[in-house]
Amino acid sequence: MTGMFATFGLPEFFAGIIVVALNVYVLTGGADFGGGVWDLLITGPRRERQRDLIAHAIGPIWEANHVWLVLVVVLTFTAFPAAFATLGTVLHVPLALLLVGIVLRGSAFVFRSYGSRTREQRRNWGRIFAVASTLTPLLLGVVIGAVSTGAVGVAQTQIGTVPFRNVYVAPWWSPFPIAVGVLALALFAMLAAVYLAYETRDDALREDFRRRALAAAAAVFVAAFGALAFAHREAPMMRAGLVGSAWALPFQIATGVAALTAIGALWRRRYGVARLAAAAQVSLILWGWALAQFPYVVPPSLTIRNTVAPRITLVIVAWALAAGAVLLIPSLIYLRRTFATRQAR
Amino acid sequence: MTDLLAARSQMAMSLGFHIVFAEIGVAMPLMMVLAEWRWLRTGEREYLELARRWAKGVAILFAVGAASGTVLSFELGLLWPRFMKFAGPIVGVPFSLEGFAFFTEAIFLGIYLYGWDRLSRRAHLLAGIAVAVSGAASAVFVLMVNAWMNTPTGVTMAGETIVAVDPVAGMLSPAAFPQALHMVLAAYASTGLAVAGVHAWMLRRRAARGFHRRALIVALWVGAPAALLQPLSGDISARLVADTQPVKLAALEGQFATERGAPLRIGGWPDAQRATTRFALEIPRGLSLLAYHEWNAEVKGLTAFPRSDWPPLAPVHVSFQLMVALGTAMALVSLWAAWVGWRKREIAEQPWLLRALVVVAPFGFIATELGWMVTEIGRQPWVVQGLLRTSDAVTPMPGLIVPFIVFTLLYLVLGAVVVASIAAMVRDTADEPAGGDAREPLEAGA
Ligand code: HDD
Ligand code: HEM
Ligand code: HEM
Repeated sequence: MTGMFATFGLPEFFAGIIVVALNVYVLTGGADFGGGVWDLLITGPRRERQRDLIAHAIGPIWEANHVWLVLVVVLTFTAFPAAFATLGTVLHVPLALLLVGIVLRGSAFVFRSYGSRTREQRRNWGRIFAVASTLTPLLLGVVIGAVSTGAVGVAQTQIGTVPFRNVYVAPWWSPFPIAVGVLALALFAMLAAVYLAYETRDDALREDFRRRALAAAAAVFVAAFGALAFAHREAPMMRAGLVGSAWALPFQIATGVAALTAIGALWRRRYGVARLAAAAQVSLILWGWALAQFPYVVPPSLTIRNTVAPRITLVIVAWALAAGAVLLIPSLIYLRRTFATRQAR
Repeated sequence: MTDLLAARSQMAMSLGFHIVFAEIGVAMPLMMVLAEWRWLRTGEREYLELARRWAKGVAILFAVGAASGTVLSFELGLLWPRFMKFAGPIVGVPFSLEGFAFFTEAIFLGIYLYGWDRLSRRAHLLAGIAVAVSGAASAVFVLMVNAWMNTPTGVTMAGETIVAVDPVAGMLSPAAFPQALHMVLAAYASTGLAVAGVHAWMLRRRAARGFHRRALIVALWVGAPAALLQPLSGDISARLVADTQPVKLAALEGQFATERGAPLRIGGWPDAQRATTRFALEIPRGLSLLAYHEWNAEVKGLTAFPRSDWPPLAPVHVSFQLMVALGTAMALVSLWAAWVGWRKREIAEQPWLLRALVVVAPFGFIATELGWMVTEIGRQPWVVQGLLRTSDAVTPMPGLIVPFIVFTLLYLVLGAVVVASIAAMVRDTADEPAGGDAREPLEAGA
């Protein structure tokens, strides 16, 4: 085996890009899902205004956020086709359910905004939207958790020799993946509440979402420790990476600082700071996962290097990525600027 | 139902669903931009109203197209992991490019939809043009994938596995140009004539004339030229199939024997037992002429190939015949409309033409589905022609009937809701006379 950190080349670059895309998806799309969670948990005297704020925050660029997930999928099958095949095979059930959630959510939101004529219809679509928004992040976390236990990789090698349950259910239906699912849900809900508190101009609403953000931040703590506890038994490699490796300590400290900064800033009503700190916290958790898993794509045997596509494919897609970035980043900034009506508070 | 059949059916259903919204996503933005451009040129408010209403429709349909496209990208892994393991390095490149095209489309659609009164008129129109162009580009890229499955190039094989790839050669496979052309034309023809049909029907019911008349004209400008070109483009496709996939050609024509001066069959039912196509009207030498542009060209028949390489015959032959019939009808009605327009008569005043437009309205979408049946079923038993069999590509997971049922239900719900929403939108148009939309101020531009 080659040195773990010694090699950094095009294959590692692609793995990194995939995590970057996942990171952007989590920060943007994740907050959209989180908005749906608050839509589900809507309470208090300002229900309608809360709901309008959530809808308004999601409205314009829902599709553009969603495309990051597709980018993750496409880059994975392009750069690491064998790993993609394993994920698609063993995680068929949760991925299919994830898809059902995504489809229902995306359509229900649009139909609530454009396609409903009566209040009744609006309410029903709103409910579908909210429930799907809650289940989808759970499943996303479950999938990520399942991969990092190594059970997915093992199951792939046992196809045909052990019962259905062992290959297609057991790898993800166990405490650690589910704990990661809960963690993902809590993180997305926190992100959404912080963003919403930052964005609204209505003081009462801002207080509503500040309280929700604080509650979600507490839930994140509980879920994170829960996941770590289960990792001990189910994902020793993950735990070793997160606790024992050279980069672990600075990483843990940075994550902790971001988390505390987010809470402190919320407490003192510094929403701009809270937003940045919450985003940093979520990103650090994601990168911590990715680094703990390095150099495996699907542990315990599929690595970046042994599943990578031929070099020529990577070179062409890398050029396309560069050209795409030159074209798309200015467009995206233009889009954001077009909507930047409420940035200045 | 075997697992393989369930997987094939789920894939066919998902693609059959997606393709409708993909076509609309390619063609509607063009129509919306044309309407806005007419508004800028003439100052007639009905055109602005039209652009806005179409944009609203695009917003609904775009989200459904995006959602169903996302499903497809996952399904490639869920249903055909071994295909993706095999082909990922080559089809990944056009799929990545399609991703960018789609991204561009989504961003500019956002700018277009929400920028009506935040952008200058010119910038707004340009945003619309960007949507239309990137929509067509995304169709071209994804068609390169399908073309490669039909005529794979750019791979070096050692036994069952690929040892070297040339993704650029893979993207520019022989079928890429004919298929991309045929598909983009199909999108314009299907959507253009469908929208024209809706407005023709409203005109028959004497609803808001000024509005529907203009809508009809814009839709025809998109649909009719494409429908007129489609048979020519189909001929290019057929000749390529004759060169590169002779079994498919034999199947779609119901040609069993290898012969010179083969006849063109109209209708008929291929009978594999007796190795003959029965009940067909035969035009002598027609097939040799069409497929090779030569009276006496030799056409390979099905019996020249092993039985195990035959695709299912009846669906392919019948689908092909119906596609051509529908395409011919669409081209004829388009010719009629072009004639009326050329003579400077008012199309909205021609009751029989309006009736004909209503009749052909769904033909394009039906022809598209049929055409894909021809392409995909006609390629069986291969997923990548000559290189990978469908039965070797399917996931080993048993019980595939379950996801097939779940996704069928999901698509049924989605389909019903889409229909209801669009119907509600069209009804609104009928209720409110042009320019009278109270909910939205008409002033655009800053
Ligand atoms: C509006 C829709 C439409 C219309 C009117 C037609 N087609 Fe078509 N056809 C399609 C829409 C389509 C398509 C978009 O569904 C397909 C499937 C794959 C492709 O590239 O285009 C197709 C495939 C397809 C193929 C198979 C290509 C392959 O397998 O690689 C042939 C030979 C034709 N067409 C020929 C024709 C002819 C001779 C037509 C004469 C009128 C015609 N088509 C009208
Ligand atoms: C361009 C993009 C497309 C790609 C990459 C693609 C890919 C595939 C794949 C991988 C399969 C499964 C393997 C096989 O059966 O050969 C399949 C099957 C199928 N697809 Fe496509 N497809 C495309 C477009 C479409 C569209 C738009 C339709 C519309 C209806 C369609 C209809 C079908 C059908 C009917 C089957 C089942 C064929 C059979 O097994 O008998 N395809 N496609
Ligand atoms: C002939 C076939 C196809 C055409 C013409 C086509 C075209 C399009 C178009 C125009 C869109 C944008 C959505 C819209 O405007 O409504 C789209 C979205 C998409 N399509 Fe297709 N598509 C085809 C087949 C496929 C196939 C086979 C796949 C899968 C592998 C696929 C994957 C996608 C994805 C991933 C998206 C974007 C969804 C998102 O980012 O959220 N398409 N497609």
